[in-house]
Amino acid sequence: MSALVVYRRRASPLHAARASISALYCVALSAAALIAAHPLVLAGLLAGVLLAGAACGVGRQMLRTLRTVGLPILLLTVLVNVLVSRDGLTVFARLGYFGPLGQVNLTLEALAYGLLVGVRLVIVLLAGVLASASVDPDEMLRSLRRVYPGSALAATVATRLVPVLARDAQRMAEAQRCRADAETGAAGKRERLGIVRAVVAGSLDRSLDVAATLEVRGYGSGARPPRLARPLSRHDIHFALAALATLALALGTRAGDFASFQVYPLLRLPLGAAAVLAALALPALALAPFLDRQGIAP
Amino acid sequence: MSLLELEHLNYTYPGASAPALRDVTLAIEPGEFCILAGLSASGKSTLLRAACGLVPHFHGGEFAGRVRVAGLDTREHGPAEIGALAGTVFQDPETQVVMGTVRAELALGLENLGRSPAAVARAIEEVALALGLSALLERSTHELSGGELQRVALAAALAPRPRLVLLDEPTSQLDPVAGDELIWLLRRLNQEWDTAVLLIEHRLERCLAAADRVVVLEQGALVNDSDPATFLRWAGEACGPLQTPAARMFAGLGIEPAPVGVRQARATLRARGLLDARADERPTAEPDPEPERVGGARARRALRRRSATGSSAAPALRMRGVWHELRDGPAILRGVDLALAPGERIALMGRNGAGKSTLLRHAAGLLAPTRGEVERGGRVALLLQNPGDYLVHERVAEEAGAAALARAHLLELGARNPRDLSGGERQRLALAIVSDSEQPPAVLALDEPTRGMDRGAKDELAQWLEGLREEGSAVIVATHDVEFAAAFAERVVLLADGRVIADAAAREVLCGGWYFTTETARILDGAAQALVPRDGQALLRTRMRPRAAAAVRAPRAGSARDAQPEVLR
Repeated sequence: MSALVVYRRRASPLHAARASISALYCVALSAAALIAAHPLVLAGLLAGVLLAGAACGVGRQMLRTLRTVGLPILLLTVLVNVLVSRDGLTVFARLGYFGPLGQVNLTLEALAYGLLVGVRLVIVLLAGVLASASVDPDEMLRSLRRVYPGSALAATVATRLVPVLARDAQRMAEAQRCRADAETGAAGKRERLGIVRAVVAGSLDRSLDVAATLEVRGYGSGARPPRLARPLSRHDIHFALAALATLALALGTRAGDFASFQVYPLLRLPLGAAAVLAALALPALALAPFLDRQGIAP
Repeated sequence: MSLLELEHLNYTYPGASAPALRDVTLAIEPGEFCILAGLSASGKSTLLRAACGLVPHFHGGEFAGRVRVAGLDTREHGPAEIGALAGTVFQDPETQVVMGTVRAELALGLENLGRSPAAVARAIEEVALALGLSALLERSTHELSGGELQRVALAAALAPRPRLVLLDEPTSQLDPVAGDELIWLLRRLNQEWDTAVLLIEHRLERCLAAADRVVVLEQGALVNDSDPATFLRWAGEACGPLQTPAARMFAGLGIEPAPVGVRQARATLRARGLLDARADERPTAEPDPEPERVGGARARRALRRRSATGSSAAPALRMRGVWHELRDGPAILRGVDLALAPGERIALMGRNGAGKSTLLRHAAGLLAPTRGEVERGGRVALLLQNPGDYLVHERVAEEAGAAALARAHLLELGARNPRDLSGGERQRLALAIVSDSEQPPAVLALDEPTRGMDRGAKDELAQWLEGLREEGSAVIVATHDVEFAAAFAERVVLLADGRVIADAAAREVLCGGWYFTTETARILDGAAQALVPRDGQALLRTRMRPRAAAAVRAPRAGSARDAQPEVLR
């Protein structure tokens, strides 16, 4: 379970906002990463996401995810792009002829593009972690249930099944450590494969159990949950504004001086005042709604 | 109209060779409190699933006969519609909690019924108060212990105030306090709101006194349907493992009728003048009628001597000031000191969340103390709560060596898939796996091993553990099952809030309390520290002897008086 980032109500403004607005904020950060192209802007956005994570108390989990999942994804993206891209002009290494890849020349442009794509993926990943940790899934599913009952059922089973299977795997791993013939090294890896196989094999039964529980609780009766009349809180307003501003700024970076940035065929990186300002503004926007800490206690 | 009607119900699971239910006809009336009893795999859970509509809608299979819930035929109405009338709680609490927080979990069923937000909020508060969940309402469900999850699942089923409550061993993960409270809460709902209850329970002594009726299944067929007193008479003749400890104690003494609960047992004994203790009564522990206790007591005394003298002879396990403190969380263990002598048998008891499972994990080295130290005299084998977690191979023979399988009486099942074994066989296989080494483990630790077991399976487990003791392994069992603890352990360690609050002979800890005590001890008020029916019988025999002697003397005296006139004449 320690590797799994799950929602827990914490004393943070993001947790205090309603689930739909918290989700909008996280989606805006992800979308901004996909919209923006300038490396400096992406760096600012990455800083913003990390700082937002720290501000709502999940910085440690985000850094762990960055280390264990984000950096491998980044390295893989860079490696693949450098090896397969043929569009760059600035060659910094000639590796010769490699079977199906043909003549492999490593270019600065391919490296830069791989880094950009990798950083975008990392930002999306971290925004996802932020959403997992700060968006109340019950509230989201409840809203979804009002609109798409069938999809909500599937989503509920899936969201509940993840922690159930994670617990199963953790218990099984503990049980394997208790075996008299507990193995290490290669045999230990075989045992781990056995655990994965057993968890996967049991997942259908587990999902049926969860679905059976939902059935007897009347989930399939078709009744919609009642609408909850809730006024917008100060945090709802702040995070909604921050999300919209982030999206607007990201869209703005597709125009003007920023547009002159290009990777292929020759890397051109204008570092004007606008880029620097945007790079500073994005983390500021991401962090701004966290400054108001009134009424955030769970 | 009956609330639940089963008419000639026959059901076979898909792919099964034998039916799980055979021609079951049963009717539960509004306001009835009915216990569904039977040995393991007798079809109890299947019947419950048929009553809530999951059979056949969810499980498929061959279904014949009719099941009606408040007039709704389950062939035409699915589980969701039946769910509006009947609240259901299954065995495994882990898969019964589907939302992220306790409050959302309790709200789910109510919202699905279309209740207004105010009604939902009120129902949540009330059911949380009734089940002691108020402090947990904002907690994440993934942080809850098994016992807490069980209570949440129960609360979620009870929150909409259903007319019928279907419960599959709801107390199996609850401590004795919470278990008793739950039964009496059900009784209150039943009496005040006319809620019908169909309850599956192995520990009948816990709930029989609250019940109106007991239905017994055997191999899928209904073999008894009667009031609790008649059921006990039937069990005495036809199915011994279903007898309660009090009934066994009375049966051994030839006292009738078998008592339905402590109050009735005491009334019967009082009427016979057997309830008042005699001044010369001694604890039944020395000499002990159960020979296995003697060696254990010796071992414990030896350990105390060794501890006192600081001897170098190593205990099987010693914990010194063990703390387990969670980062940003509470302390689960708070300076636990505990020592186990080789061959000793200890029951670890306490309320849900007291730290029992954590203590066992520290003993086995799965967790490291944040403070204090754990000294092991050898390997500590730990059997966790779910034996299925140990089974990751395709064949039984791959899971453990031949010698270990033979010891567990599983050698002949070597070619079977472990997942196809029965519950008892799985547990024996898991025990074989953790103890499969040339040297027997210094300590065997078991976490709630009797969950869902009938008495026969518990006796079998106790015998198996006894065999290990003879090999020199100490055994420590975390359990909520007071009767099993009394029958198995020579020493009981009681944990509360991560601290050891009692550590003494089982007879001392389990006698005289309200909750952590056996039915026998409750009936006899802890007299002579009698814990199990055999102890109780021994004690009551000593009380009966003077009466019997007086009864014998009385006719003699009468004869003398009768004869005297003749002499005078």
